[in-house]
Amino acid sequence: MADTILMAHGSGGKLAHRLVEDLIMPAISGTDPARLDDSAIIELRGRMAFTTDSYVIDPIFFPGGDIGKLAVCGTTNDLSMSGARPLYMSLSFIIEEGLPVSDLKRILESIHSAADEAGVRIVTGDTKVVDHGNADKLYVNTAGIGTIPTGVDISGANIRPGDKVILSGTIGDHGIAIMSKREGLQFGTNLLSDCAPLNKLVEDMIGASDNIHALRDPTRGGLATTLNELCLQSGTKVVVEEKKIPIRDEVAAACEMLGLDPMYVANEGKLVAFVTPSDAGKVLSAMRLNKYGTDSAIIGEVEEPDEAPSVVMKTLLGTSRLIDILVGDLLPRIC
Amino acid sequence: MKYASEFRQGKLAGGVVASISRASRRPVTFMEFCGSHTVAIFRYGIRQVLPKTVTTVSGPGCPICVTANSDLDKAIALALIPGVILASFGDVLRVPGSKTSLQSVRAEGADIRVVYSAMDAVRIAQQNPDQRVVLLGIGFETTAPTIAAAILQAEEMGLRNFTVLSWHKLCPPAIKALLDAGDVALDGLICPGHVSAITGAAAWEFIAQDYGIPCVVSGFEPLDILHCIDMLVAQAENGQAKVEIAYRRGVQQNGNVTAQHLMETVFESCDADWRGMGTIPHSGLRLREDYARFDADREFTIVPGPTREPQGCICGDVLRAVKTPVDCPLFGKSCTPETPVGACMVSSEGSCFTYYLYGGKNG
Repeated sequence: MADTILMAHGSGGKLAHRLVEDLIMPAISGTDPARLDDSAIIELRGRMAFTTDSYVIDPIFFPGGDIGKLAVCGTTNDLSMSGARPLYMSLSFIIEEGLPVSDLKRILESIHSAADEAGVRIVTGDTKVVDHGNADKLYVNTAGIGTIPTGVDISGANIRPGDKVILSGTIGDHGIAIMSKREGLQFGTNLLSDCAPLNKLVEDMIGASDNIHALRDPTRGGLATTLNELCLQSGTKVVVEEKKIPIRDEVAAACEMLGLDPMYVANEGKLVAFVTPSDAGKVLSAMRLNKYGTDSAIIGEVEEPDEAPSVVMKTLLGTSRLIDILVGDLLPRIC
Repeated sequence: MKYASEFRQGKLAGGVVASISRASRRPVTFMEFCGSHTVAIFRYGIRQVLPKTVTTVSGPGCPICVTANSDLDKAIALALIPGVILASFGDVLRVPGSKTSLQSVRAEGADIRVVYSAMDAVRIAQQNPDQRVVLLGIGFETTAPTIAAAILQAEEMGLRNFTVLSWHKLCPPAIKALLDAGDVALDGLICPGHVSAITGAAAWEFIAQDYGIPCVVSGFEPLDILHCIDMLVAQAENGQAKVEIAYRRGVQQNGNVTAQHLMETVFESCDADWRGMGTIPHSGLRLREDYARFDADREFTIVPGPTREPQGCICGDVLRAVKTPVDCPLFGKSCTPETPVGACMVSSEGSCFTYYLYGGKNG
């Protein structure tokens, strides 16, 4: 096998076959029935959730994960947030000519282990190679299918005044881990991305209560943007308390240094749940027993809207302010 | 690493607020010069906890906001020269110039790269020896030393294709110009923490001495700012005017001498155009003659077209604290963060953006 990916690896010829057979299939064989037909045949019954996503993260390796793990977790989590049990995934690579084969191998290994952990099977895929400069190292596209258990109805539209808002852990870990890697910043400790599959956590939550109204993973745009989307979808007012939102010291410090508001910084292994108040305790306890929910906390509740739907934060000083959707990109300060 | 949470304790803050309320008798107006302070004041709702006697107003301390349209036009013209790679900090891209923005010309094919540090631009120059890399040198005293370091690095590496378009601005001359204009009566100045970390608190002595205005250097956590306001109230009530530091963990009397030396090695002061305030003497930095070959202004001849200010935008008045963003007829209507008309709605530390983000379209 060559040391780097060449155009010929995407040509459909011999090199392309060897890439799939020698590198890709072994790495994901544990999750794949290993049939090389043109499409995967799968059996499904009942209500289904179907999602797609593309991953273009730079850098492709970051503290706590890589683009492959991110793709599996991101797809799994999108399905989980509808209450679905993720079952099958597709995986397509667009590779820039010149990518070291060893990098691809590492990424495939992490895809393998993330899929194993999530219990999701990668049943179909594709590989294309583009000229140097026409892509940035590696892009990954996925689709995912899951089944929704009978009786589960989870949607932002179900949120009601009185619901408690539960967050599964600290905010901002992923975004700050990426930024520190990208900019070569050091914050005294090795901060890792929180990138993780959350389907088992969601199963535990659904096992604990039939009254989970909505679930969402606050990825791009952070918690602030997710809460805004949900308040708009449900026509409610969401009130959260700053002091109850878990945040690591190093993330708070990094945000301060870069001039960022952690409410807008991305997460890849967190979820926010809206739950009937009487069940909030049960759900919280179940979450804290899962390794991806040990720092879970009730951070606020839903109220009747004032004039329009809104998200309001009670600050540490006891004052309150609006939390709006992120506009544009998060950028570090320049002065 | 821990240094933020200690300065965010609600209970302690309550104590400082009580102290401010007890001490404050006469109505006072304090200006926070720095955009980072404006953001923190809004983010923690500090204006809401202050007694009615204490008003804070936002000043011009956002380097992107104060960049003149003529400078933006020049950068846009530079970016359009074939073979030029323009390296810029991100926010600048979205600021509308007279006719277009860097973001728009980038979409049309100009090679504009977002960098996170000046050294990134040096690396780009190294990797693209056949192209000319121009770094937009934007910022106050905080950014200038890092750009100076990048220039020295480029010199050491023998790079012939790296230049800087220096828009650097200095804070003390701007505050002097603001006070001389007499548009706004101030009883105290919340002095910028990051800038003071470089210049030292001594940079503000002239304000206390010549203008009789109390000055306190503040950090950026809620307790820092409240502590600063408490000290300003005490000075104002006692009829004092001196420079104090409420941010001892970040700022010394004489600042960062190494950084100052770097700046002085590479740059010298010059007159500079500020949006809303016109030309302010000795308020900018240009490259010294010894470093002329790294100076984009000398290396390129650019004659941009006539400059045009956006109709109805009151960024200039907002920057001088004569008006607030909500006084602007465009605010929250035709001018929003998605469709900014003026620079103050673009920058994440601009007054209009901050009012909009934390207060909604009604401020």
